[in-house]
Amino acid sequence: MSILNRSTGLLAALFVAGISAAQTTAITGATVHTAGPAGKIENATVVIRDGNIAAIGAGIAIPAGSTEIKAAGKIVTPGLITPFGQIGLVEVHAVEGTVDYVQRGDQFSASFDPADAYNPRSTLIATNRIEGITHAIIAPQAQEPDEFGNQSRILSGLASVVRLSDEDYIVERGAAFVANLGETGGALAAGSRAAALLVLRTALDDARDYARNVEAYEQGNRREYSLSRNDLRALQELLDGSKPLLVSAHRASDISTAIRLADEYEFDLIVMGGAEAWMVADELAAAGASVILDTLANLPDTFEQLNARLDAAAILARAGVRFAIGGDGASQNHNARNITQAAGIAVANGLPWDAALRALTLAPAEMYGVAGRIGSLEAGKRADLVIWNEDPLELTSYPEQVFMAGEAVPMESRQTLLRDRYMDRSSGKPPAFR
Amino acid sequence: MKRITILAGVVWIALTGCDRAGEAGKDEARSSAPYASRYQPLPSGATLLTGATILTGAGERLDEADILVRDGKIVQVGKGLAADDAEVVDAAGMWITPGIIDVHSHLGVYPSPGVMAHADGNEISAPNTAEVWAEHSVWPQDPGFVAALAGGITTLQILPGSANLFGGRSVTVKNVPGRSVQDMKFPGAPYGLKMACGENPKRVYGEGKGVAPSTRMGSVAGYRKAWIAARDYRDKMEKADNGDGEAPTRDLQLETLAGVLDGDILVHNHCYRADEMAVMIDVAQEFGYNISAFHHAVEAYKIPDLLAENNICAAVWADWWGFKMEAFDGIRENAAIVADAGACAIVHSDDQRGIQRLNQETAKIIGAAARVDIDIPPEHAIQWITQNPARSLGIADSVGTLESGRMADIAVWDGDPFSVYSRVERVYIDGALVFDREDASVNPVTDFSLGTAAMTGGAE
Repeated sequence: MSILNRSTGLLAALFVAGISAAQTTAITGATVHTAGPAGKIENATVVIRDGNIAAIGAGIAIPAGSTEIKAAGKIVTPGLITPFGQIGLVEVHAVEGTVDYVQRGDQFSASFDPADAYNPRSTLIATNRIEGITHAIIAPQAQEPDEFGNQSRILSGLASVVRLSDEDYIVERGAAFVANLGETGGALAAGSRAAALLVLRTALDDARDYARNVEAYEQGNRREYSLSRNDLRALQELLDGSKPLLVSAHRASDISTAIRLADEYEFDLIVMGGAEAWMVADELAAAGASVILDTLANLPDTFEQLNARLDAAAILARAGVRFAIGGDGASQNHNARNITQAAGIAVANGLPWDAALRALTLAPAEMYGVAGRIGSLEAGKRADLVIWNEDPLELTSYPEQVFMAGEAVPMESRQTLLRDRYMDRSSGKPPAFR
Repeated sequence: MKRITILAGVVWIALTGCDRAGEAGKDEARSSAPYASRYQPLPSGATLLTGATILTGAGERLDEADILVRDGKIVQVGKGLAADDAEVVDAAGMWITPGIIDVHSHLGVYPSPGVMAHADGNEISAPNTAEVWAEHSVWPQDPGFVAALAGGITTLQILPGSANLFGGRSVTVKNVPGRSVQDMKFPGAPYGLKMACGENPKRVYGEGKGVAPSTRMGSVAGYRKAWIAARDYRDKMEKADNGDGEAPTRDLQLETLAGVLDGDILVHNHCYRADEMAVMIDVAQEFGYNISAFHHAVEAYKIPDLLAENNICAAVWADWWGFKMEAFDGIRENAAIVADAGACAIVHSDDQRGIQRLNQETAKIIGAAARVDIDIPPEHAIQWITQNPARSLGIADSVGTLESGRMADIAVWDGDPFSVYSRVERVYIDGALVFDREDASVNPVTDFSLGTAAMTGGAE
């Protein structure tokens, strides 16, 4: 039994037509949520040519010779972006050989770039892609010391934007630097949050000094630095303001500290976690800082989350803070697909629906500096989009078809293969023979 | 059959024999057992909720229907009900379900904040700790209880962790924070025994401590040795009761295992892989006990026929997968395939966040099942988080369905509970209003949460 046999006419039509990037395709009749300036467009036409959106709007003529996909009654959104995680850097968390997001030891810090380990054929990719996730931010993660006492660094490396696709999958390499403050940072430093901050400052000061004295450094005539040459060079893109620093922090006071640091060194700030970000929402807004918000946080998991609350997203939105939704373990990596649930929960707790969709699309694209290419449905952007049967934030909804660069991707994953094998008992043979 | 032992001046009444939970004499005896429930329902009058969509938990859906509760019990569910003495609550547009039941929680034993000082869920000192009781670890001030209440949870089973082959006894509680666990303990609920197969015991002992088990076969040998010892212990006790020989010294570990063999204690078995569940069914058959539920059961969809034949529930997450090897084959349709084959499906949490939205976890399964043409109407889906967990906990005569005479444990939702946008509006436990989204003064606040956002919005 194949899922295709049971599917709607929409899917069958797509595969008969053999939609590919080289053709012109027109998706007609759907309600399109662009997440861009055009907002919501009823009965829209989306014209896709050469993998990009050629035109989008109501009442647009369907170009001659194009393949029409009738999607009346359906919802179209940009492909969703999971704003922080390790997709493609892990297969099974407890199987060490599959884990590539951790770097321990003194050798590297800011320059550690896990995108070099990215596996575009990971089982996590199709599993999440068929649920509407087309892009992911992949990042290093600090972890406890290994058996030899090696531990992760305060500056743990680079985060990159990837497309969940077999080819042309790096959208932006090193889109942000990642640092650990709060409890994690304190544990990685000498036990205190203040020590973590000192480590960070020292790194930035060293990088600045290095830039001014490259020649002397290369000749061995400069004082010792806290970081390697690779790290010092990498950090120039933070100091010149071209890349943001993503800082993990929950406690309001830790977030305020990060804001002060960003102001002092003049870089853009992304706060990851942000359980108490709502308490300093105005400060964040004034600083133009962004937040990756775990919208399910409402318990004091740690002492830095004592004031976590389910309406945090609504409060941040009212204050004008840009935020993406994700970063909770249950809506990350293997289950990045659950960011729609996380967004729906935020809506149930007061966040406007449009703001929730933006938090899954354009907002993360903006904070990682790739909004010119992905994150909304606008002419000129890549046609990475999803046709949903119903409201994408609803738990019972699902994508009927996902497009990557205008191409209809197979709606199949290792999980659908397992499902179909075990649902098919018609042959009477053991599963391995089905 | 009862055995009376004089122990340190205390009259100890323990039970052997085959009488099952709920049978005559049982509850009376249990109430005089040590660590007995001191649960007292909160004061309540009569309440009539009208005009709601009611999912009874027994498989029915009633539209524009009413429910009348009085003295902590459900009086009637139906249309056009009236009662002069009742407070009438207009519930038009609302949905009413039985209070949600989580068969797998570690609230209280792994509470928030999750600091080492609070980590009381795994007695990682030996692979068989059948002698420990989860209730002796429960911290009733865990803010998770209140958050779960806001998600409609009225009853939960708190289990020891899964490090051990035999983790110890579980406790089933009513979700009303008390000063001690005894204030929460579900009156008359049978104990459970937590067992675990798979990766955890061999990792903790073989890999971590260099003692058995270091393999799955080592684990199975460990179960079998323990059951042999338990059988001997039980036989000697029985003989002594009949005047044949001296009773062995009381052994807490063997007492719990013997309770399983006698059918008094229900087995809740953490087990992911299909092949391991099949082996555990064989172990149960060798020693003549029943498995109430496989917990986590990530691969239950591979053996729904075996589960149905053996009357074992599969308690599962909606979509957790890939965090360890034995979870690699997880699929969202798992519970749907189990239910479709006529076996008992349960959606559980094992998580302080998941327990706040078992309805949503269930909804994701409904959506996944719809894609493969398995239709799960809400009146059936709700059974996965009400009636079925009640069955597996041995308390289905008291809770899990909205039927006359049952405890009035009720969740009132502001819409279809399987929509992400719906929230719990009210919760009643034994007829008493214990959560009201519109009136924070009704809601409990744990000591730990005083002065935090949980006071003003954390549970909202």
